[in-house]
Amino acid sequence: MARKTTKHEFKSNTMPAIVTVGPVAILLLFLVVAPLIFVAIMSFCQTDEFYNVVYKFTASNYSKLISADYLKIYGQSLLIALITTVLCILIGYPFAYIIARTKSKKKQLFYMLVIIPFWTNSLIRIYGWRTFLGSSGWLNKLLVTLHIVGEPVDFLYKTGTTVLGMVYCFIPFMVLPLYTAIEKLDGSLLEASSDLGARPIKTLFEVIIPLTASGIFSGCLMVFIPCLGYFFVSNILGGGNTDMIGNLIERQFKSANNWPLGAALSIILILVTLLLVKIYQKLGGDMDSLGV
Amino acid sequence: MGTIVELVGVNKLYGSNHVVKDLNITVDEGEFLTLLGSSGCGKTTTLRMIAGFEEPSTGTIKVEGESIEEKEPFERNVNTVFQTYALFPHKTIFDNIAYGLKMKKVPKPEIKERVLEMMEMVQLTGFENRYPSQLSGGQKQRVAIARALINRPRVLLLDEPLGALDLKLRKQMQLELKRLQKKLNITFIYVTHDQEEALTMSDRIAIMHDGVVDQLASPTDIYEHPATRFVATFIGETNIYDGCVTSIKGEVATVTLENGAVKVKCDDSFSILEYATVSVRPEKMRFDTKPHEGFELVAVVKDYIYVGSVLKCIVSLPNGNELKIERLAGQELPAIGSRIYPYWEAEDGVLIHNDSYKIFKALDEIKLA
Repeated sequence: MARKTTKHEFKSNTMPAIVTVGPVAILLLFLVVAPLIFVAIMSFCQTDEFYNVVYKFTASNYSKLISADYLKIYGQSLLIALITTVLCILIGYPFAYIIARTKSKKKQLFYMLVIIPFWTNSLIRIYGWRTFLGSSGWLNKLLVTLHIVGEPVDFLYKTGTTVLGMVYCFIPFMVLPLYTAIEKLDGSLLEASSDLGARPIKTLFEVIIPLTASGIFSGCLMVFIPCLGYFFVSNILGGGNTDMIGNLIERQFKSANNWPLGAALSIILILVTLLLVKIYQKLGGDMDSLGV
Repeated sequence: MGTIVELVGVNKLYGSNHVVKDLNITVDEGEFLTLLGSSGCGKTTTLRMIAGFEEPSTGTIKVEGESIEEKEPFERNVNTVFQTYALFPHKTIFDNIAYGLKMKKVPKPEIKERVLEMMEMVQLTGFENRYPSQLSGGQKQRVAIARALINRPRVLLLDEPLGALDLKLRKQMQLELKRLQKKLNITFIYVTHDQEEALTMSDRIAIMHDGVVDQLASPTDIYEHPATRFVATFIGETNIYDGCVTSIKGEVATVTLENGAVKVKCDDSFSILEYATVSVRPEKMRFDTKPHEGFELVAVVKDYIYVGSVLKCIVSLPNGNELKIERLAGQELPAIGSRIYPYWEAEDGVLIHNDSYKIFKALDEIKLA
């Protein structure tokens, strides 16, 4: 009897599933799964003297990755990603809080201010920063005109400039999950806290932050992980002085032309990412708020 | 017993929306005062102004003789029980109740002692480590009350605290709240739209309507001597007649209605030719099979409605208006379709000024000028 029902359910459930999920599954298979498998295979391949890929197994790509030079860049990437994430929280949280809780009619406008930059390619926006910060850029012109500095300041090609660009690029990814979490916050809880004698700063740490922790988590993940792989910000603003893992990968595929090594680096980055997402899930993070 | 809360000329405007109009209320120490009114009458706004979540546009709010309208909610010695309970979902029941004491930096052993004592008082012993989501509505309600009361406020503000509970639980909580209030001798300011709740629990009721307190009096007074037409119709059932005062003899006025003259007790604020409203509760209505002295009402019995202990008799007047007359079930009553002569004892009717009273006053002043 039970067996019969299962069979019946299988029949009635599979057809709609194939029709609705099928095309997407095929698309994902070809566009995501297959390339990933290809990258994984390539990471174990050798190269000949002209750096052509030779499909022979080796693990040497991975052993190369633990050299001191690479380790330094991993450390530097993690540090920059961490600083970027922390700055994004410090700037993004108050901003998200204000737009989520304002009763003003300008709420939509503020929200749009976060979204609108997405409409322009981030590469172009980063070039914009370069123009703004360059030695003959607006900022320097202004500073010189106002006699704050004698001659133009060298803003570009510093670690700080890379971090600035990163923060600029990633702040919406921090603000949006925070906004969602803060907007869900029940205003009467804040009133209750105040009613029970808590000063605003106490309410912040006792009620607001614990109840928006999921937003903070997902914001951190959405900033930290892509930050590791972003290469053009440090290319354009850091001038190659502040290499990230992303820069290494880019270089292997382009100038160094060592695809298997680049593939191995990519695999490592993907594994780190998966590990972080797993940790996030373990901490009780909500996968929906990541947009995955 | 002295005054503990005083609202003097309090107004609240949201833009051009005048939600609380020139409110003057004094609340005595240890009193159970209810703000009663339908939604949008300004009762919750009034409560929120006392709590400090809203600032009055004009006027003064005093607690223990001290103006508090400049003070933030966390500086006020009043606590609120919220309609939605507003329990902190990420804290245990113990931590929820302990919150206020923790903010006051009370030593830990004392917090523990007081929280456990309070939990016993609201019958929640054993729930310390649960989270709000694991409690039923009634239990959450108790936590909300315990969380507010543990701070030993001078005044407890309750915003429709029983609104989300089912009828049986609500009745039970009404009695418990009243018991707690008597036991702790704390002033309660209670907001509700449920007139029965207000009548059973309160020492005094302030009936609010369109941002104005129509009447502030004891439940009995409000029921038996409604001050305005709104109060008369809002609290309990009543028969309302509009008419013109045609003569006043001592304390009894003759009011001529569309359907004829009736008699009703009045005071000296009424004058001849004033348009006024007569309110008579259905249980005070009487009738006879022959005309009664001083009453010219004639009606036809239309229907009977049996509601358990009483029988409601619906009668029609010649102009089509219906009257409700209540009788104890079992009493003999005339048959449907028969003619009766409704009347009441003059002192059982209430004569109420209506808007024309203001016009009369204004005319009087013009005459004097």
